[in-house]
Amino acid sequence: METTTHPPKTYWKTCGALMLLLALTWTIGYADLGLFNLILALVIAITKALLVALFFMHIKSSSRLLRLAATVGVIWLLIMLSLTLSDYFTRGWVPLNH
Amino acid sequence: MEATASLNERTEPTQSLVARQFDDLEQQRGAAELGMWIFLATEVLFFGGLFLAYTVFRSLYPRDFAAASHHTIVLIGGMNTAILLFSSTLMALAVRAAELRNQTTLIRLLLATAFFGIVFMVLKGIEYYKDWTDHLVPVLNFDWHSPNPGPAQIFFWLYFAMTGLHAIHITVGIFVMLTLALMARTGKFTTGNYTPIEIAGLYWHFVDIVWIFLFPLLYLAGHR
Amino acid sequence: MNARVATEIDIRTEGEFARESYLSEHTVRSWLLTTDHKRIGILYLFTILIFFAIASVAAAMMRIELLHPTGGLMTSETYNKLFTIHGTLMVWFFLIPSIPAVLGNFVLPMMIGARDVAFPKLNLTSWYLFVFGGAFATWSLIRGGVDTGWTFYTPYSTTYANSHVISMAAGVFIAGFSTIITGMNFIVTTHKMRAPGLTWFRLPLFVWSLYATSLIMVLATPVLAMTLGLISLERIWGVGIFDPNLGGDPILFQHMFWFYSHPAVYIMILPGMGVVSELIPCFSRKPIFGYPWVGCASMAIAILGFLVWGHHMFVSSQSVYAGMIFSVLSFLVAVPSGVKVFNWTATLHKGSIHFTTPMLYALGFIGLFVIGGLTGLFLAALSVDVHVHDTYFIIAHFHYIMVGGMVTGFMGGLHYWWPKITGRLYPEIWGKLAALTTFLGFNLTFFPLFILGYLGQPRRYHVYPPEFQIFHVLSTAGASILGVGYVMPLIYFIWSAKHGRAAGPNPWRATGLEWQTSSPPPKHNFKETPVVTGKPYDYSAEKDVDLDLANL
Repeated sequence: METTTHPPKTYWKTCGALMLLLALTWTIGYADLGLFNLILALVIAITKALLVALFFMHIKSSSRLLRLAATVGVIWLLIMLSLTLSDYFTRGWVPLNH
Repeated sequence: MEATASLNERTEPTQSLVARQFDDLEQQRGAAELGMWIFLATEVLFFGGLFLAYTVFRSLYPRDFAAASHHTIVLIGGMNTAILLFSSTLMALAVRAAELRNQTTLIRLLLATAFFGIVFMVLKGIEYYKDWTDHLVPVLNFDWHSPNPGPAQIFFWLYFAMTGLHAIHITVGIFVMLTLALMARTGKFTTGNYTPIEIAGLYWHFVDIVWIFLFPLLYLAGHR
Repeated sequence: MNARVATEIDIRTEGEFARESYLSEHTVRSWLLTTDHKRIGILYLFTILIFFAIASVAAAMMRIELLHPTGGLMTSETYNKLFTIHGTLMVWFFLIPSIPAVLGNFVLPMMIGARDVAFPKLNLTSWYLFVFGGAFATWSLIRGGVDTGWTFYTPYSTTYANSHVISMAAGVFIAGFSTIITGMNFIVTTHKMRAPGLTWFRLPLFVWSLYATSLIMVLATPVLAMTLGLISLERIWGVGIFDPNLGGDPILFQHMFWFYSHPAVYIMILPGMGVVSELIPCFSRKPIFGYPWVGCASMAIAILGFLVWGHHMFVSSQSVYAGMIFSVLSFLVAVPSGVKVFNWTATLHKGSIHFTTPMLYALGFIGLFVIGGLTGLFLAALSVDVHVHDTYFIIAHFHYIMVGGMVTGFMGGLHYWWPKITGRLYPEIWGKLAALTTFLGFNLTFFPLFILGYLGQPRRYHVYPPEFQIFHVLSTAGASILGVGYVMPLIYFIWSAKHGRAAGPNPWRATGLEWQTSSPPPKHNFKETPVVTGKPYDYSAEKDVDLDLANL
């Protein structure tokens, strides 16, 4: 029978990858890497979110329409963040050399 | 949602699962899925307001945020991340069980998902209690060691707002899972229409994704 | 689309009303528990009219107060409450649901050949949430009102205002969820419920505009909800995220508020544009000029609308560099708006124009929208905005868009679809008279405000230098005429719902799918699902049609 869900093995592999990434971000959290702490933490979080969306939420096998619907909220959030920060970062308020 | 709600008078077995306004099960399922994804997009922007505030204030006060974040309990935050990731895996398996019309497995997995949601909430409760005794609750009992407590208080305000809103979502999710588990006993979702399970799954995974971002932003910002 | 079918079954007799229609059931229960999109549209119509009436009374009181430069009728505090009531109710409880939730709900499923929206129960839930939110807003008014202005600016709303900010914010918060549900329903319906053969570029332009509007509804409204939530919590606990004394920043509130509210002003114009795009081809008997451009312009306006909010903050402490970015982006919105106006006028060119009531409103819309839109460009320019910011110039500008645009579009659409909604014709002569009255009254009310604003009168004051009095008197006179123009349709619509002549399925000989079913439509819209084989707006000028209802 053709299914739209994945075989359990896929879900368990995804779960394993997520746990590994969690361990990684947790460990990095205790190291002092300056700005890279934040960058790495975000990269790992985005990777985890992608894994959940692609496999658990079946975006990998979804129609273009659903992929678009899944992306659009994130794009709009980025619009809100970037245009607001365009104000804060050009006001001279943000301590850029911390 | 609408998917299973209004059964119509048509007598064919699969047709009886299709609401009046739809032509067939496929159209109904597509509509429910798309509707759920659009709802999740609104959720992204709902949480987005708080993420925006967090980003702005962390940019303005990086040191205060690091110092304040140092007082969060990273062990509980990390454990809770693992718990949610695991429960998400169970939820994904529950959707599969529903699609394969495996009623017993579906009910067990839904209950297990809800169970880990409850464990998450218990740990969260312990953590909030600890925050209270550490005098970290803004306005009510905030006591900060530095002379300018404002930015740290803003951090903890955002911490409570973000984790609190997330906890509300988890609570809703637990009730949804328990309700679905009850409804599944009638075989409702294992006769060809598993859409409600699927969209409840989407919701649960979304709440998981929110936490995936909350954990590094709130807990790991100050532990180096 | 195929208009022939409709004309062949054109029956205009009282016998039509014996047939089963969506209006056949008369019990209160059948209305309050309905999931029929047409009935929900009508529920919305009655609800928003109540709020329109309250908000109009507030406006009338303001206009009377402004007759005299010393403003002797009321205290400043009362005046503050009046303009807040007017703004809050008009924006969230009238304009935003006006075309989408009333006309959109009624015709969208029919236009795409569907039996209902995708989620009929959620649709009803949306109306209940709206009523519930409205109840909170009314409760706030009864207890004494709010005096923050509809924008809820901090620190006034969070710290200093002694009025009922939280209950009003709660009302708007709840009504916001009703908007989100409507938007989600429309998007899913448009994607999933179209009739066979109805491809995206065969959709009526009203559907395109509702789709673009829905996009704004679902993506912007949640941010407003969060912002209002934060305002209310600040008011209760005063943590200070908007208070500079405690490390917060009031400009953050403005960013969040306008991230919603600027796109939201396009919720208050795009549907009007959609209605006009239906009316112009129908009453010019020509296919619309540049169909794909008009449709895509709706989407472009919706998307660009999210990139320009900072132009509301040019004189706040927003960085001047951000101001420049927002200024440039704001100019871009003029491009798709201009595309629409040019396409409408090109459609009129060499058309066989019928000056029916809906067409009068549509033509009025184009003129008023052009004035409102072009003055928007003045305001998008950083330096000019510094001069006219927070003056009557702004008031005049956005009333030209929201009243001259959206309300005119709403009235045009209501007249156009009234025969479909009730199955009966309104009296055409009275309709034309009302359309002209509102046009004249509107211009007399708001054009003097441009001059006042340019001369420097700030908004939200009820005392002013005596030399401004003449403009205020003109404006109040115009408002009285405008009021008459709005009361007239109310009377003849009510009269016609019972006594109007039978309209038949397609009195306008229009091509949309909604005209291919009987008037009023049956419960599930169509006897059988229509199949679409061609382009929309398949009008031809050769046909000698008489669309003047007075002659029918």
